[in-house]
Amino acid sequence: MERFVQVVVDGIATGSIYAAMALALVLIFRSTGIVNFAQGEMAMFSTFVAWGLYEAGVPIGLAALTTLGLSFIVGMAIERALIRHFEGGEPLTLVIVTLGMFILLNSLAGWIWGFENRGFPSLFADETVTLGGVRLSVESLGIVAVLLVVVGLLFLLFQRTKIGLAMRAAALNPESSALVGVRVGTMLMLGWGLAAALGALAGVLVAPRLFLDVNLMGSVLIYAFAAAALGGFDSALGAVVGGWVIGVSETLAGTYVDFIGADLKILVPLAIIFVVLLVRPTGLFGSREVARA
Amino acid sequence: MSGRRLRAVSIAALAALAVAIPFLFGPYRVGQFTLVLVYAVAVLGLNLLVGYNGQISLGHGAFFALGAYTAALLIEKASVPYLLSVPAAGVLCFVAGYLFGVPALRLRGLYLALVTLGLAIAFPQLIKRFDGLTEGSQGLTVEQPAAPGWLSLADDQFLYLLVLAFAAVMFLAAWNLMRGQLGRAVKAVRDAEIPASTVGIDLGATKTRVFAVSAAYAGVAGALYVFAIGFVAPEAFTLTISFAFLAAIVVGGLATISGALFGALFIEFVPVYASDVNDALTGVIYGGVLIAFMWLLPDGAAGLLRRLRRLVSRGEEETRREDPGGGEWHEEERADRVAGPAGRAGAGAGGLRA
Repeated sequence: MERFVQVVVDGIATGSIYAAMALALVLIFRSTGIVNFAQGEMAMFSTFVAWGLYEAGVPIGLAALTTLGLSFIVGMAIERALIRHFEGGEPLTLVIVTLGMFILLNSLAGWIWGFENRGFPSLFADETVTLGGVRLSVESLGIVAVLLVVVGLLFLLFQRTKIGLAMRAAALNPESSALVGVRVGTMLMLGWGLAAALGALAGVLVAPRLFLDVNLMGSVLIYAFAAAALGGFDSALGAVVGGWVIGVSETLAGTYVDFIGADLKILVPLAIIFVVLLVRPTGLFGSREVARA
Repeated sequence: MSGRRLRAVSIAALAALAVAIPFLFGPYRVGQFTLVLVYAVAVLGLNLLVGYNGQISLGHGAFFALGAYTAALLIEKASVPYLLSVPAAGVLCFVAGYLFGVPALRLRGLYLALVTLGLAIAFPQLIKRFDGLTEGSQGLTVEQPAAPGWLSLADDQFLYLLVLAFAAVMFLAAWNLMRGQLGRAVKAVRDAEIPASTVGIDLGATKTRVFAVSAAYAGVAGALYVFAIGFVAPEAFTLTISFAFLAAIVVGGLATISGALFGALFIEFVPVYASDVNDALTGVIYGGVLIAFMWLLPDGAAGLLRRLRRLVSRGEEETRREDPGGGEWHEEERADRVAGPAGRAGAGAGGLRA
């Protein structure tokens, strides 16, 4: 039983990382209607920056925070310089452009930092605490706590501030928002900046559990996609719940189903995406898409 | 020279050049050109899906791998004659593509990209997992077809011509398919789903069919790849190859038949030269090219050539309309594609009447 609880908590921790990535995807999807395939590689790039700062002697906590800030700025710059040009175009074009960014960032990171694995320090102490007779790692609990804080902050931003309101308006109806004085372009930039920072957070949290290399976020991105699809691509709550469900089912399947093991764990999110999209294409919390000819 | 004549002449010249290549270059270069043909078949198949139908697949590396492993296993473990392994790989991938397509194509564009991305990532893992059959990461060595004694050809020349023959059949088939009933339906679905369905096109069935056909192309290419390389291993079929195919169609030109050749030349030769500079340069170029082409030249190299050809033939035939069944992306069509929904709806219905 203790083992089961440990596995579940571990799954929730992993799931929180997926949820952070999924939130980044949802943020961009809601504001610009794009699934950003480069989200994972942007996060990987950020994580390398954090690693570089740490290697240069900056304490890991400060390095992570600096990286989040930098990612926010670069995310905004990417929207302004590149994505803006394609907004409102064919979805196919945007998919190809974000895939281009995916490949470009992956290779650039390899060029700059090389293709080998590196260890990445954890933000949390390497200790365990005993809760109700079950020993849990501080890292797992810390990750869950960080996610909850971030979700809380996002909720406050979107529901309780003027800027959040303007961002929601710009996403919902760009033209009308522009007419009432919302700077739609700036809001889209803010969305990309926030998403990049969220991705960086996911990268910094997941890197100590895996090894840092250029393919760090490849599988995380697939899990995040599964989480977003499960929760509904336009629902922030869905992203979090989806992330947890994916994280827990992945760890449970990897631990208890022998056939799956480590090799085929990647099939779990794939199967989940498939089933969700067939049974309930809008996900658990998504809104129905209505098309007019 | 009229547009149509110019086109016929350039196709004939291209065909002559293609046949001459093995007699002009040394074995190493001929081997590279064999691979160009192999990639061209896969790229063509993917373009049927992406360019003509507007669906996106990031998983064609997986079908390419499935075709390659089918051929390799048939030849090595079941002693099937290698000529038969090509259609076998094609048929198997057609069926696999169909089965995968039935659920996947109920999904709209973005989701299809998602599930096929997952497929591309998972497939090498599957190959490793079933190592009893596939020899896992070790890979399988396959005997390459050798030139029969009565032909006075070197093995590399024979191999090239053999692959060329298969590629020519696949190109002709694609050209025919895209100007026939399926081709018109496929384009109508791309340009205007709802009007297409109101004139009786079964959207799901059309998408599934074109997905299966394009998977079959990837499978055939996979089998030809085994001929060309004589070795299969999971490392050859990572996400990189799916991305390379996508880069190739964007460089060559979406919704063009001839673009597949340019694209295949690009993905064969860029890595060869780029890796001299840095291992990462190929990826940087692929990524940069995807973005730059979508920005500057969305109809790719074939589109650029077509515009040049128009310039040449304009003087003689001002009001020429391109042959309506050309299977290429007409300028009129492009104009409709960038027009609003109303323009696109018109294009869909017009395409059906043609």
